[in-house]
Amino acid sequence: MTTQRTSGRRKQALAAAAAVAALLTTAACGGGGSDDNNGSKSGAAGFDAANNKVAQASLVKKGGTLRFGGAQDADSWDTTRGYYGFMWNFARYYSRQLVTGKTEPGKAGAELTPDLATGLAKVTDGGKTYTYTLRDGITWEDGKPITSQDVKYGIERVWAQDVLSGGPTYLKDFLDPKGEYKGPYKDTSKDKLGLKSIDTPNDKTIVFHLPKANSDFEDVLALVSASPVRQDKDTKSKYGLHPFSSGPYKFESYSPGKSLTLVRNTEWKQSSDPVRKAYPDKITVQFFSDANQLDQRLLNGDLDLDINQTGMSPQGRTTALKEHKANLDNPVSGYIRYAVFPQSVKPFDNVECRKAVILGADHVSLQTARGGPIAGGDIGTNMLPPSVPGAEGQKYDPYGISGANKNGNVDEAKKALKACGKPNGFSTTIAVRNNKPVEVATAQSLQASLKKIGINAQIDQYDGSQTTGIIGSPSNVQKKGYGIIIMGWGPDFPTVQGFGLPLWDSKYIAQSGNNNYALIKDKTIDGLFDQYVTTLDAAGKTKISTEINHKVMEGAYYLPFTFEKFINWRSDNLANVYTTDNYSGTYDFVNLGLKNPKK
Amino acid sequence: MTELSKSGAAVGEPTSSSPAPTSFLEVRDLKVHFPTDDGLVKSVDGLSFKLEKGKTLGIVGESGSGKSVTSLGIMGLHTAGQYGKRKAQISGEIWLDGTELLSSPPDEVRKLRGRQMSMIFQDPLSALHPYYTIGQQIVEAYRIHHDVDKKTARRRAVEMLDRVGIPQPDKRVDNYPHEFSGGMRQRAMIAMSLVNNPELLIADEPTTALDVTVQAQILDLIRDLQKEFGSAVIVITHDLGVVAELADDILVMYGGRCVERGPAEKVFYEPRHPYTWGLLGSMPRLDREQQERLIPVKGSPPSLINIPSGCAFNPRCPYADVPKDNVTRTVRPELTEVGSRHWAACHMTQEQRERIWTEEIAPKL
Amino acid sequence: MLAYLIRRLFAAAVMLVVIVMVVFGIFFLVPKWAGVDIASSFVGKQADPAAVEAVRQKLGLSDPIYSQVWQFFKGIFVGRTYSGGGDVTHCAAPCFGYSFRSEQAVWPVLTDRFPVTLGLALGAAVLWLVFGVAAGVLSALKRGTIWDRGAMVVALAGVSLPIYFTGLLSLAIFAFGLKWIDAQYVPLSQSVGGWFGGMILPWITLAFLYAAMYARITRATMLEILGEDYIRTARAKGLKEQVVIGKHAMRSTMTPILTMLGMDLGALIGGAILTESTFNLPGLGRAVLDAIRNQDLPIILGVTLITSLAVLIANLVVDILYAVIDPRVRLS
Repeated sequence: MTTQRTSGRRKQALAAAAAVAALLTTAACGGGGSDDNNGSKSGAAGFDAANNKVAQASLVKKGGTLRFGGAQDADSWDTTRGYYGFMWNFARYYSRQLVTGKTEPGKAGAELTPDLATGLAKVTDGGKTYTYTLRDGITWEDGKPITSQDVKYGIERVWAQDVLSGGPTYLKDFLDPKGEYKGPYKDTSKDKLGLKSIDTPNDKTIVFHLPKANSDFEDVLALVSASPVRQDKDTKSKYGLHPFSSGPYKFESYSPGKSLTLVRNTEWKQSSDPVRKAYPDKITVQFFSDANQLDQRLLNGDLDLDINQTGMSPQGRTTALKEHKANLDNPVSGYIRYAVFPQSVKPFDNVECRKAVILGADHVSLQTARGGPIAGGDIGTNMLPPSVPGAEGQKYDPYGISGANKNGNVDEAKKALKACGKPNGFSTTIAVRNNKPVEVATAQSLQASLKKIGINAQIDQYDGSQTTGIIGSPSNVQKKGYGIIIMGWGPDFPTVQGFGLPLWDSKYIAQSGNNNYALIKDKTIDGLFDQYVTTLDAAGKTKISTEINHKVMEGAYYLPFTFEKFINWRSDNLANVYTTDNYSGTYDFVNLGLKNPKK
Repeated sequence: MTELSKSGAAVGEPTSSSPAPTSFLEVRDLKVHFPTDDGLVKSVDGLSFKLEKGKTLGIVGESGSGKSVTSLGIMGLHTAGQYGKRKAQISGEIWLDGTELLSSPPDEVRKLRGRQMSMIFQDPLSALHPYYTIGQQIVEAYRIHHDVDKKTARRRAVEMLDRVGIPQPDKRVDNYPHEFSGGMRQRAMIAMSLVNNPELLIADEPTTALDVTVQAQILDLIRDLQKEFGSAVIVITHDLGVVAELADDILVMYGGRCVERGPAEKVFYEPRHPYTWGLLGSMPRLDREQQERLIPVKGSPPSLINIPSGCAFNPRCPYADVPKDNVTRTVRPELTEVGSRHWAACHMTQEQRERIWTEEIAPKL
Repeated sequence: MLAYLIRRLFAAAVMLVVIVMVVFGIFFLVPKWAGVDIASSFVGKQADPAAVEAVRQKLGLSDPIYSQVWQFFKGIFVGRTYSGGGDVTHCAAPCFGYSFRSEQAVWPVLTDRFPVTLGLALGAAVLWLVFGVAAGVLSALKRGTIWDRGAMVVALAGVSLPIYFTGLLSLAIFAFGLKWIDAQYVPLSQSVGGWFGGMILPWITLAFLYAAMYARITRATMLEILGEDYIRTARAKGLKEQVVIGKHAMRSTMTPILTMLGMDLGALIGGAILTESTFNLPGLGRAVLDAIRNQDLPIILGVTLITSLAVLIANLVVDILYAVIDPRVRLS
């Protein structure tokens, strides 16, 4: 069979790669002693030195070239179209928003601070009207001032999904849930600013009128999809090839999949920007198709950091942990890795059968399959990522996942099975992406522990590039009998809404591109989300978030594996490095600097 | 080149110890051995003969009797192009026009090849390079030995093609071998061999690959050309019919040795070796009546690795049980003179052989 | 010879049309029959129906099959304009499709990537021809000796070791370990030295694999040719051994070598994925690898077509060369 041969080859390839990695280690690091946790001779700040705190801020010097590398180019550099987390992070170099995340480590990074605007929103009308005043001295890369109309036009572009597909559509959903506006390209008004829910009474003022209050609206305005775009510079679908800069850097050259170079935008004024420090003179990104090569270049010091911020690959990680621990951070990614039980597939319509799987699974072995405590993350006990307000981490563990039942509780599981009416267990299918070896490993681990409680699970490895079409279609899931789906999810913005709305709200069940895999139709949860968006005070929001999480866990729709962590590399030469919850625990790019600009 | 020790007794025609022979070509005690995994293959094991200019020697024998190996030995083609660890071992003496070839530097022998001595091969299709035109190949042969420009050499090639009877030679000169018929190819091959007016021409089975009518034409051509050029010619064949037309002398080889040698009419009409009788019997003769009595030589040629002691032909000899006096059977029969310039190597007495020939063999032929 | 050439060219042209249709069929029609909506694979995470519909409209995915094929063919010769959702995208001739993922016409991507791959393949080919053939000839002439055995063991290693192994190893040693070379791709137009420095390791790595194969083929062929009657004839003419080997034997030996070379070069144009990915060379192989990862169908389609074209042209060139070398071929 073809598949078996392929996997045989892959095994060979992996074995060879491992052998090479071993050689690389010796070749590249011959004689290098291991670093301790408190920094190294080479100047690296130390293990976890930039995790939720700022490392070596004082050593930063202006100038030099900051060198990114990546195994994956952005989906688009168009602020309207990009959806990859690292793109949002990087886009702050060449785009500004009304408000943005604070350039501070950890939780503080997820708090908002004014950027183009003089202050945070003046919210009136019961949370339905947001008013901003623009700063003085804010300019485009050609020196012209950024106006409120530019901001409105940039936001309007989100409506042109037919041309500018790919990006988040929260703005559209919040400002025009009925979809009355057809986007600027089909706009019949002369100035193409026909969106009624945004007013620009003058160049400096912009007013948003929400049809329905949403307490996360300002968080959504902090997304790069709310960046200003100037109409005469809008090249529509090709805008991503050369976005017109409003930030401290502008595109010098971009070759998709190959390289990207940003240089200083000389029209940008430090005085107009309280957020960005703009230390380096130049920023380069080089793309690789082989993650090992990227890691090798990082280890070798040819590059400063990975733009993708998805963690090092296994071989590079092993070498780095052994030889260059002081260059590493081990942050929480904001992702939760989990299995989800579609209620359309029997017997997962019964909560007791779902509980049986959660109770019977060997959570330690699942964690090990994910890569262990460091590379994989802590055992996940509930469905709210630790970076989201209202999260309780492992303290909330209704099924004893990291406690009593961490190695699987056969007795409890069998009790649940009996309650479900399946005392002798049942058969089901685990769906897993075939292009994620780690997920396949977790599926196998789960399969093994389910066997002990009489659940006979088959593993179906489906084409991972077709994820949306295969598991995003509830009818297909039911047809294939996928009782257990292995997936992962991270927040678009760090709130319960930015994480859980598409997963848990019944309104988000779709016939294609569905993300509510469990098909949760719980009026309480829907109601909590409705309540959340109208609650404006932080404490109230936090409380509701916690409550939603509890409801989801009580429904036993999910078996969380890990609160994901990853190993992230920073070069010796990087200064002012810190992780931020704003971008799921990755380094905040915009204020990175170099210690030695000449290097 | 590996020289074998000359300790072995000289076999065949007694050779003079004086180094400078008077004949144009004289081969003395030639041995060509090939080491193989199974043992030493003694393809030629002590062969001696002489040949004068203007004369033709026919070497006759079955395949594997060593006749082609002999001709390649004379041409020095066992040592040229020997690669790898295993090399042919050659010993003896080959005197060509006063020069001993085996002890000459290989490059000197190379210079003689194609000029003083040349060769016509059995299968002209495989012996001609398929990627070069006939003309290119003849021109090359000419220019190795003559410092002339290509035009002159080409004129010479056309002239030679004309001489060997190829029609429209100025056009055919640009043809490739595969565009020629079998007979034409052999004519072209002959033209190439004669382009440098060689004094010694070796024709190795020149007609085997051709059909009967063409065979006769080619043999006529060789004979005519010999007269014209006055070369010494060695014709190697398994077919006595071929040498009957051409040869002055005949040398019959068996198992790497000479078993009978003499003037053509003697060998044909008074053969004194049972193997020769066998060959004569297996020869289709147009001038005789008894076509139905064709007698092939029974059995297969001997292994050249483990040559049996005694007479090599013994296992196949129909007269092996003829009582023989005063002869040790395990000793090889020496060539002995059986007539004027006529030698044969057989354990039977001359009288026995004369009687068998005249009473038993000749009438059946 | 002319008739032969015309026949070959005609066959190649027919083949090309067939290839385009088959490839097109695989990429656009088979998913359709299989019930997979191609349009939705062109848009992102939050699949907005408007976006899907616009792509469908732009690509004419709802049109009948023959019309889609016709549009594609027409695009190659006269260019194509995609319009949908108020945006008009023009793709100039020769239009081999347009990637809505990276917002680029496919043809410029191909012409941008092609020289890299071509440079990689040709440079490596020069190396492997020189070293592979030399080693093979030497091995044949010294058959059975330690040279022969040694060369063939190295050749076996070359054939057996995968590119990603030898590639990463050479990188580890020469680029990261000894730091002799900066293994970064630099376009030829930018710096000849830099280009050479960036290409030398990929060349050597790729050439090592192929040189090994060529050495083995050369050795076997040479041994066979040396046993040919016409080689004996050449010696009988009194030719020097160098001429016998260098001219008569080499010409015959080169025939299968050239055939292989043509095929290999053709295949390498599209098949240097491993090498390009290992050494991060921005060639066609990497383009297609990235395209597969991003599900960028038009790019995959374009590269596949160009690759088929390259193989086809290579075949044609081989056929012609064959006729030049071997007069017997011209007849048939």
